[in-house]
Amino acid sequence: MSDYLLEVNDLHVQYNTDDSVVHALNGLNLRLKEGEKLGLVGETGAGKTTLALSILRLLPKVGQIVSGSIKYKGEELLDKNEAYMLGLRGRRVSMIFQDPMTSLNPVKTVGNQILEVLNLHFPDLSKDEKEKKVDEMLQLVGIPASRKGEFPHQFSGGMKQRVVIAMALIAEPELLLADEPTTALDVTIQAQIMALMGQLKEKFNSAVLLITHDLGVVAEFCDTVSVIYAGRVVEHGAVEDIFMGNENHPYTKGLIGCIPDLSKDEDRLHPIPGSMVDARSIPEGCAFADRCPHCMDICRKIIPEEHVNGTHSVFCHLYDAIKEGEK
Amino acid sequence: MRKKKTLSEYSTGELVLYRFRKNKLAMLGVAMFLFVALFILFAPLIRPYDTVVKQNIADRLQGPSSEYIFGTDELGRDLFSRILYGGRISLFCSLAIIAIAFVSGALIGGAAGFFGGKVDTVLMRIVDMLMSVPSALLAMAIITALGNGVWKLVLALAIGQIPRFARMVRSSVITLRNMEYVEAARCFGISSMKIMLKHILPNGIGPIVVSATLTLGAVILSISSMGYLGLGVASPTPEWGTIISENKVNIQYYPYLGIIPGICIMLTVMSVNFIGDGLRDAFDPKSKN
Amino acid sequence: MDWLKYALKRLIMLIPVIICVTFILFVILSLAPGDVARMILGADATDEQIAALNHEMGLDRPLLIRYVSYMVDAVQLDFGTSWTGNFDVLEEFSFRLPYTLLVSTLAILFAIAVGVPLGIASAIKQYSLLDYGCTFVVMLLFSMPAFWLGTMCQIFFCLTLRWLPVSGVGSWQSYILPAVILGANTLASMIRMSRTSMLDVIKMDYIRTARAKGNSNKDVIIHHAIRNSLIPVVTQIGINFAGTIGGAVVTENIFAIPGIGSMLINAVKGRDVPVVMGTVIFITVIVCVINLLVDLVCAIIDPRIDLAS
Repeated sequence: MSDYLLEVNDLHVQYNTDDSVVHALNGLNLRLKEGEKLGLVGETGAGKTTLALSILRLLPKVGQIVSGSIKYKGEELLDKNEAYMLGLRGRRVSMIFQDPMTSLNPVKTVGNQILEVLNLHFPDLSKDEKEKKVDEMLQLVGIPASRKGEFPHQFSGGMKQRVVIAMALIAEPELLLADEPTTALDVTIQAQIMALMGQLKEKFNSAVLLITHDLGVVAEFCDTVSVIYAGRVVEHGAVEDIFMGNENHPYTKGLIGCIPDLSKDEDRLHPIPGSMVDARSIPEGCAFADRCPHCMDICRKIIPEEHVNGTHSVFCHLYDAIKEGEK
Repeated sequence: MRKKKTLSEYSTGELVLYRFRKNKLAMLGVAMFLFVALFILFAPLIRPYDTVVKQNIADRLQGPSSEYIFGTDELGRDLFSRILYGGRISLFCSLAIIAIAFVSGALIGGAAGFFGGKVDTVLMRIVDMLMSVPSALLAMAIITALGNGVWKLVLALAIGQIPRFARMVRSSVITLRNMEYVEAARCFGISSMKIMLKHILPNGIGPIVVSATLTLGAVILSISSMGYLGLGVASPTPEWGTIISENKVNIQYYPYLGIIPGICIMLTVMSVNFIGDGLRDAFDPKSKN
Repeated sequence: MDWLKYALKRLIMLIPVIICVTFILFVILSLAPGDVARMILGADATDEQIAALNHEMGLDRPLLIRYVSYMVDAVQLDFGTSWTGNFDVLEEFSFRLPYTLLVSTLAILFAIAVGVPLGIASAIKQYSLLDYGCTFVVMLLFSMPAFWLGTMCQIFFCLTLRWLPVSGVGSWQSYILPAVILGANTLASMIRMSRTSMLDVIKMDYIRTARAKGNSNKDVIIHHAIRNSLIPVVTQIGINFAGTIGGAVVTENIFAIPGIGSMLINAVKGRDVPVVMGTVIFITVIVCVINLLVDLVCAIIDPRIDLAS
């Protein structure tokens, strides 16, 4: 039995389109303990959603897991058949999608869409028990149970996301994959939804993989953080290591620099120069090299190794020297 | 050395043409259509017109041979000549129908969409009224009034198609009218007419051309159906539908009399449909599945 | 009872439509060149006879007056008598209508029953042999004139193989071929529409959600995709119904079915204005009612459609 609930090792995933191959994940590593709340941070296109879909084995047809392993409770998910995955999806691992506007079926009542999870995974419960659970769950996410006969179009965006959350949590899964649950919502609603997630975190003991590009959300909600760039983890550590540590990856520094700091009197933000690397041609060496203010020759040749310091690990050549010095 | 252009350097028109030319089915359609059209266009050079009506009872119901490549009908008329000249009616009339419907539809729909308000309401009400009558019945009513004749048939079928074009043009004008670049043009004080011709027309033309092409296939079928029913074009004037209808009793024992004209209609309509589908995919690559 | 209110509203809206359509038809039909009375009486009728007949039929009155009197009669369900056959238009129509409606309905049902499953199956198995086969059949059916397909099938199945009755309405078997031929075009558009619509639906986010909940592929299709993909298909059925009734004219002609079609063709050829007029009005009403039904069905399938507004 492994110590970890979820263990992703050297995962390579690519999308094969008509005229090019998009390398979405390039050797991604990830570990998650039971009950742990892990924030997965990175820009759009870094491969965050691809990771979540790979875990559930729900990649679209053009997506292909090239190599690597995804172990769930020590069992290799990539070797499992579809029947096993059906029992896993929605029951043990569930997912909250990015856009609540489109992730609910428009022709089914919200009650039935939540109920469906129970029908699929708890066939032994009586009809009344299921209905009761649905009512409770709706109340828990802040929707009056009386509205369960309504259709998604009768709900606002924030309410829809509450429904999606209810749907994801009703089976009390061991792992919740939350893919940018607030990105598509208004700022005020975002805060409400995150507050709700915070409350539910106490109530349910599920591990959470929170995918986001909002560092504020991560700082508030998560225990640990993985920063990914171009389909690889560049830094991992406890929340304190990332936000208060001093050996950050230049990319993480850049991300933090993007947040306006109201306590300082600054005229402008500090955006990361350049744009996301083209996933159709990932360069040799460190993928961040082109945008890195500390880029060295070695960065363009060799992928940096992991530098571990307690709970904190960084993948950057900058710290080669420090490590050398320690020796 | 000529510099190779990158994708973003092509104009919309060039891209549409490029995508259209890459579509094999569409190119097949073009080839088929040209093949049929050239035969029909140069019919007088291939067979003189009098062979269409010349009866030769001695040679009646002859199967395809080197003398009569499509055989002869029960009056001994050359089927090849009849199909060549029949195609003229089918093809020229359907092009005329589309042209009439296209122009009138564009005028009505364009006016409705551009001026809006009362003009729009009144015009569109009339269009809706006409649309609620099945177009085949409307055409028959018009033929009742006008009587038989090729040009009367053209008019009858064209009127049935006007509402569709009018609606389409109107909605595309309305979408475009509200676009920012048109607004910008208006801010510069460019006249309505100029805006319409220079900005709205070229940008809204795509879906309308596609629909016109796809309708062309349907119209060819309508003309031949009308011919088959003996409405509009009547024997001995050859038309693909009337040719099948006049040979109906002999098809069982002389199948070529039915198969050959049928295949002519099918190939022509199919080629037009291929072109239409190709154009649709070229104008809107996302619509392709 | 939103739907009842909606249906009533639509039916009331039908009245101005009928009034206007009738007027348009009246104007078109009164444009008929040549003298109707002369046509009826023959070439050797005297001018007095013609004038007398014109007066008797009321053709010497101005257009608007004729229109109003037609409408007044029509409200009392008197649509006049045929100029050529001397029969009552409404009576003849109601006698013939069931045949046309039966063939058209059978045709549509056939097209739905065969086309929708085929379309859905070819979307699910995109790029399979079935998918290519369906695409090919759709292409053929869209390019084939119905009268030709009908004539050839009649000759092959009825005359050569003698499997089915050649024509008439003697037994239930005689409806098979007409319904299939008349439905062929709708069949093609059902296959195409349900395929396209299904392909669109399975790309949707909520299908991914359904999978993430643990639904099997089959359950996703049955419980989540089909109902959504049917919405545009139902709309298409409404559009095709009008075409089918128009197409019935041809099919009835081929298979000698005593429906509206054969009456209409004779009337058009004989320039029998009251018959054409009545037939077109009735059919327009029927098509409008069918479209209303289609919209109601759409509202049942798609909860986003609000009939009240």
